Amino acid sequence: MYAIEVERLTKIYGKGETAVTALSDATFQVRPGELVAILGPSGSGKTTLLTAIGLINEPTHGRLAIGGATIADEGWLRGLDLKKIRRERLGFIFQSHNLIPFLTAQENVMVALEINEVGRAEAKKRAGELLTALNLGHRLHNYPSALSGGECQRVAIARAIANRPQVILADEPTAALDTENGKNVMGLLKKLAVENHSAILVVTHDHRMVEGFDRIFQVSDGRIVGETGNAGSA
Amino acid sequence: MNLALRDIRYHRGRFILTSIGLGLLLGVVMSMGGIYRGLFADALAVLNSTKADLWVVQQDTNGPFAENSRIPEDIRYRIAAVPGVAAAAPLSFETLQIDRQGKPFRFFLIGYDLNGFGGPPAIIAGRSIRQKHYEMVVAKAMKMALGEKIHLGLHDYTVVGITGKIVSASGDPAAYVSLADAQEIQFQKDNDAIRNDRERIGANLSEIQILTPAQAGYLKQNVASIAETTHIVNTVVARLAPGADLGEVQERIGRWNHFRAISSDEQATILTMGMIQKAKMQLGLFRIILLVISAVIISLIIYTSTLDKIRVIATLKLIGSQNRVIVGMILQQSLLMGVIAYAVGWILISLTYEHFPRRIVLEPFDLQALFVIVIAICTISSLVGIRKALKVEPAEALGG
Repeated sequence: MYAIEVERLTKIYGKGETAVTALSDATFQVRPGELVAILGPSGSGKTTLLTAIGLINEPTHGRLAIGGATIADEGWLRGLDLKKIRRERLGFIFQSHNLIPFLTAQENVMVALEINEVGRAEAKKRAGELLTALNLGHRLHNYPSALSGGECQRVAIARAIANRPQVILADEPTAALDTENGKNVMGLLKKLAVENHSAILVVTHDHRMVEGFDRIFQVSDGRIVGETGNAGSA
Repeated sequence: MNLALRDIRYHRGRFILTSIGLGLLLGVVMSMGGIYRGLFADALAVLNSTKADLWVVQQDTNGPFAENSRIPEDIRYRIAAVPGVAAAAPLSFETLQIDRQGKPFRFFLIGYDLNGFGGPPAIIAGRSIRQKHYEMVVAKAMKMALGEKIHLGLHDYTVVGITGKIVSASGDPAAYVSLADAQEIQFQKDNDAIRNDRERIGANLSEIQILTPAQAGYLKQNVASIAETTHIVNTVVARLAPGADLGEVQERIGRWNHFRAISSDEQATILTMGMIQKAKMQLGLFRIILLVISAVIISLIIYTSTLDKIRVIATLKLIGSQNRVIVGMILQQSLLMGVIAYAVGWILISLTYEHFPRRIVLEPFDLQALFVIVIAICTISSLVGIRKALKVEPAEALGG
């Protein structure tokens, strides 16, 4: 079973003469435990693909399945609770970490758990364990403003994996970090993909970080124009 | 996890300052309500302390508080003789403004019969008036000491007692003197005026040919004594005997020429509806304006606070947060701000209301109603922020 299945996924903004095709006929699958990159220049359709897989942006055509369950087939399937699917099956990592500034590191992780109906005590325990595992045990009660960029991104990763999602979507997770911190984050994502058996899809245009990926899809003008890596299909 | 409280904890300085500012505004709203109630209390202070059932005044007038009423003092005996009347007492009222210690000093002088009623309700220091002349009891608000003297009319008056919060309808503190003193202060003409009046009467009588000089002299003396009399009062108040019919007594006195009998309730209506209606409307309008200002301020604060949190809200939505979590965060902050501001306003007004120049009466009902209004305003104001928050797209969390 694939963690992500994308089949002829297309996104068109606008209608008629003003219609713009941001993503065209994207087709690929990602297995659990795989770390996959979507690489391409600005405006190539990377983020459109990510937001479609992240259930934020409704695809115009094509099929999307998460963990074997079809979510979209020529548009969202009726009767689905997209928010529920997002909080249970997906984790997000952002370019600028997007930690909630008025919550401590531990609370930032707890909030994702509590939104997913995990009890407060359990959420606190799991958040503490996760952050400790990510070498942030001494930073549990610090606000994001007191953390370094690398530490913030690790807290964001902890938040993304807190609910043990099947898929983690990362939007330029190393763009705001220096090379060393960027490589640390990529190493961490790779480790998590293997340990948690999560599929990790990273959108990036940062060529410094391409080494650790299992597969890399090249995107240009809304199309997947190439694939490199060990295995996969396009 | 309560996100509203976490946000407030993090931005506590800003939140507390905002709440204090809003609290000051609500304190003013509370004081306006207190002033409004105080106007009522002030207007009815003398009326209530007199504990009279009927106020007999000059015909076609609205009583001593609303307009000038002059009736002869001796009508008290006729009123006392009306079936159903237990007691009648003459009263004199006058607002005076004198210079005291180089500053204008305004007060409401009440003259009462030392053997009747209508005098100071309670003496909190010193004693009541015992001598017929030159003693006075003053309200505490006059800030005069026992033994202090004050010059009124032709004489000096000594403060022998202090009474509580008794003020006129216009808020001037009250002072009590004997009826004879009050009449002298109010009606006694100065010597030049007396001489002028006597000359004028004499000249007019001398033109009447049919009068002999002796008759003219006698008439002059009598007319002058009537013109110079000070045995005039502004009202005679009456208390009814148990079981007496107020309407019947009122009707009986009303049938007399030159007098009008006003019941205590009618007098209260004249005072409240006539004299303080405009002030009531004015204060009511101020309260509404201040509440609207409070609503606008709360809306702006909540809206800008929501704008500050757009990325947080987008992130929460992206990670699957239910709308109720986001709505709850905004609504709770708004309500908490309202509650804290209300508490600040209440503490402020509770600590200061006794130091206001005019009486502030804080009625529990008014305070409770204001609390409900503040909560309603906070709820409605937060809708602006909630609307904005619900429009935020999760995709806004993406990008740099």
